Amino acid sequence: MAIEQVNHVALTLEEQLPIWLIVIPFVAAPLILLFGNKGLAWVFSFLATAFSLAISVILVLTLKDGGVISYHIGGWAPPIGIEYRIDATNALILMLISLIATVALLYAYRSVMSEINPKHHTLFYASYMLCFTGLMGIVITGDAFNIFVFLEISSLATYILVAMGAYKDKRALTAAYDYLILGTIGATFFVIGIGFLYMATGTLNLVDLADRISDQGLNRTIRAGFGFIVIGLGLKIAIMPLHLWLPRAYTFAPSVVTVFLSATATKASIYVLLRFLFSIYHPTFAFGENIILIIFMPLAIASMFLASIVAIFQTNLKRMLAYSSIGQIGYLLLGASLMNQLGLTATLVHMFNHGITKALLFMGAGVFALKVGKVSYENIAGLGKIMPFTAAAVVIGCLSLIGIPGTAGFISKWILVQGALANGWWHIALLIVLSSLLSVIYVWRLIEIIYVVPTKKVGTITEAPIFMLAPMWILAFACLFFGVFTDFILDPAQTAAQNLLSLPISGIENTLGDGS
Amino acid sequence: MTWEFILGHMNYWLFIILMLIGLYIVIAKGNLLKKIVGLNIFQVSVFMMYISIGKVIGGTAPILPYDNTGHVKYGLDVIYSNPLPHVLILTAIVVGVATTSLGLALIVRIREEYGTIEEDEILDAETLIAEKENEESEAWLA
Amino acid sequence: MTGVSMTIILSILMPLLGIFGNIFLRQHKNLRDTFTFLVSVLTFSGVFLVFLLTGGVQQEELSILTVLPNLDIAFKVEPIGLLFALVASGLWMLTHLYGVGYMRGTNEDRQSQFFAFFCVAIFAVMGICFAANMFTLFIFYEILTLSTYPLVAHKGDTKSVSGARVYLGMLLGTSIVFLLTALIWTYVLVGHLDFMPGGILNGKIEYGLLPLLLGLYAFGIGKAALMPLHRWLPAAMVAPTPVSALLHAVAVVKAGVFTILKVGVYIFGLDFLAASGASQWLIWLAAISIILASIFALMQDNLKKRLAYSTVSQLSYITLAMALATPMAAVGGGMHIAMHAFGKIALFMCAGAIYVATKKTEISDMSGLGKSMPITFTIFAIASFSIIGLPPFGGSWSKFLLFVGAIEAEYFVIIVVLMISSLLNVAYLLPIVARGFFINSADDKKENSIKEAPLLCWVPAAIAAVACILLFFYAGLLRDFLLPIVDSSL
Repeated sequence: MAIEQVNHVALTLEEQLPIWLIVIPFVAAPLILLFGNKGLAWVFSFLATAFSLAISVILVLTLKDGGVISYHIGGWAPPIGIEYRIDATNALILMLISLIATVALLYAYRSVMSEINPKHHTLFYASYMLCFTGLMGIVITGDAFNIFVFLEISSLATYILVAMGAYKDKRALTAAYDYLILGTIGATFFVIGIGFLYMATGTLNLVDLADRISDQGLNRTIRAGFGFIVIGLGLKIAIMPLHLWLPRAYTFAPSVVTVFLSATATKASIYVLLRFLFSIYHPTFAFGENIILIIFMPLAIASMFLASIVAIFQTNLKRMLAYSSIGQIGYLLLGASLMNQLGLTATLVHMFNHGITKALLFMGAGVFALKVGKVSYENIAGLGKIMPFTAAAVVIGCLSLIGIPGTAGFISKWILVQGALANGWWHIALLIVLSSLLSVIYVWRLIEIIYVVPTKKVGTITEAPIFMLAPMWILAFACLFFGVFTDFILDPAQTAAQNLLSLPISGIENTLGDGS
Repeated sequence: MTWEFILGHMNYWLFIILMLIGLYIVIAKGNLLKKIVGLNIFQVSVFMMYISIGKVIGGTAPILPYDNTGHVKYGLDVIYSNPLPHVLILTAIVVGVATTSLGLALIVRIREEYGTIEEDEILDAETLIAEKENEESEAWLA
Repeated sequence: MTGVSMTIILSILMPLLGIFGNIFLRQHKNLRDTFTFLVSVLTFSGVFLVFLLTGGVQQEELSILTVLPNLDIAFKVEPIGLLFALVASGLWMLTHLYGVGYMRGTNEDRQSQFFAFFCVAIFAVMGICFAANMFTLFIFYEILTLSTYPLVAHKGDTKSVSGARVYLGMLLGTSIVFLLTALIWTYVLVGHLDFMPGGILNGKIEYGLLPLLLGLYAFGIGKAALMPLHRWLPAAMVAPTPVSALLHAVAVVKAGVFTILKVGVYIFGLDFLAASGASQWLIWLAAISIILASIFALMQDNLKKRLAYSTVSQLSYITLAMALATPMAAVGGGMHIAMHAFGKIALFMCAGAIYVATKKTEISDMSGLGKSMPITFTIFAIASFSIIGLPPFGGSWSKFLLFVGAIEAEYFVIIVVLMISSLLNVAYLLPIVARGFFINSADDKKENSIKEAPLLCWVPAAIAAVACILLFFYAGLLRDFLLPIVDSSL
């Protein structure tokens, strides 16, 4: 299917929306610091993310059947200038990131008060805004080096956010430090890869890169660049065996940080990987060499199984969920490595579904942390009866994680298995359902502990505050809603998969318009 | 692998050697500060690679020539080196500086909390904490 | 929306009303239980209304919404489904009365939670009965598993929790690993999962792969307790007896074999199955299951465990019926859903009544109880005769149709298997009755203090037992009702 070009001469306010998506949160960060008031900080952040959410929903609705929106920064036309290039793939991820950011901010209002040093609250919101800007920027931009810049902006903010957990547990500091080292190595590998690509092709614009690579064919420089990019992104995505920073970072970070990161950070990097694998290197490289089958598929399957097995034996809720996340990232990679329309659709749909599911579960963990301190299993035993609404939302999240029909997780699992069977790979399909069984084990252990085991806690534990309960139920409702009314996510995902799989278009000449 | 080949690609060799030295330091050294040093060396090697590929043979600095009055002289036939990598590297240097300062700030805090910046000592301290936690969990699970 | 569609939706949603009753009327015991009973009566009336309006003839499909391409949540009237719905909703009324009596008799706590989850389970069963395609059925199938878990684990002690874990683990495990794979495979082959007379797989799959697909379905439908995946049934006996009555006669196991029948008749198609011979291995597995489970039943001293293994055996009758893939076998299988339901539920209710009255669970302790609890033991006897398959009790007709089916399929060995099974049924059921009436207990003093079970406990059982007798005479109606599934000209 040829991608139709939507030509935008970005003169009206509406056409400036893509840049607003980045500028508003970006400016909110120093404003928050300038005003210095904690309450105002929250209000600014919430307004910025809500505004971004509104814009991304508009973008998804505009692009879900195809088309591209291109915005030229400063009026300089690509491939010399930097452009922001949005199609169905990005729009979906943008919507995910802004949705989670907004809902997590609702949640943050109470969570931050208890888990972060009161002196640092404004710094927290400023870092949150920077991280959000960085993540949105990674997804929205159409220039390879720009991806690196935004990647580092978001990563640095992430290190700060994770380290803020030191108020409660000093191991957050070493977790943040490890994450810093590994994350920087990853980003630097990525930039080396970009450097090799630049050396070989002379351009940094993603579309132009695609053209020039397909013209040139393969040479050693381009292959080396690919290798560096994959490893670099792999560190950010936390594919096994490059996942070592993730469990500790998620466990010791403040709850709201984990809520935000688990749903968005790795997904943005996976998006970049998909862009490079399919839009840029395809079709001369990725399929011709079967690199994906040899490297990605085994790693993905290893992630799915090993991470789930480790999760079964955890005794701390957040740590268990962190390993579960690594396993789910395996599913995402498996979908991509199937290399067919269904597999990519499954990956994109699962990015969204897993995002809302994991955010919900970590929110539940945060509520438990608020009430009982450490979320080890012995502390949270029996809380289901004392906090019924929270626990019910957590159960919905758990069911979505397993993939019970009627929840969002089921849809992505169905499409993934369908993708595997469509290729005729029944052994892959079997592996997917078997690892699903593993997730039943660790999830059910959690449900048993919350509900069936009698609690040792006495006294004054009450239900969660409304500011934390409302976002949880928004996400729980979303899990159920997107499990039956799938069109809103499925349509853009299918278009996106088609876009990714089709030939790269030499569209530079067609995207007129400037952003002056 | 002729002598000319090696000499002609000197920048790449240096890049590789520095990159590996940097990575080795990050992995092998136990002192957190030294890891940051290694990270810096690693990043510097990348900067060097980018800048070196921008140099065009016979190229001069990418600044438009101007006469004594300060007006730019257009239309002259000059070969310029590629300015783009320089710009990219400026950005990357800034990122590197920010990362280093963040890393150092974290090290200061770690020193405050743990009393040491040696990786193995910190690991011991954390293992103690984890063991205590595990004891409580085991007792409960039984 | 037509009147029929509306009635179907109402019947499915009605049990959910019971949840609200149980939540809001938590404190007022009598009001709450009466409300739930009214809800059950309304549900049965709804299903009965559907029966009157349609007579079991297949109607237009009612599609609620499309979840994935060609996969709708849709409902349709269909003979086996309607029969199961009538049985399930009717027996819910009985089980509810019984449950009230039992829970109050044993002073069980958290009764509201108990009855609330009961309602959800029945809601799931209604969804399964009226499902128009395998996708809808799967959704409600999983809801049934999840909603019955709290019922099995209700008592909350370690034994209940571990029993419930086995229950959930086996049911979820089989449905995720085998059934889901079978579903998606079918979807990839055919493009949809709608139930169609004559099946949808004909011509879409090579004969060699057919036994594999059938195996995935048969083992994936864990609720049908096909050996060796039957362990969850005895493990679920830790539940309070109304749950066992519900699970083992009305909802869970019947949903399992119902799904097996639907898969056999409407996904594979009986003619296709018979022609390809893909189900031959299943015939033997079901036959072995019948015999083996009956032998296990013989070895149990715990009454509920014995009845559990008996259920495994009886369920394999229906799986056998589907595997035989002949018209009379299929009709017999459908009929057995009803016959076995009434018989088994009466047996379980008696077991519970004995527990309420005497706190006894082992058969060897029940000597001479027949004298103190004559009504209970008489009901037990009647129900036993129906399970064994003797006239004039309903079970004899379904067994007879199975014989005919076996002859049609030319598997004469199966007739021998069925006869041996009947003998084994006699061996493990009648001694209980005999011991109750004819053997004196060692402890004469205690005997005199035992009274008959409370009214709410034996009346529902009695109704079920009477139904066993009545069904004998009205079996012809059942047969005519079910015949359209095999003869699409009707």
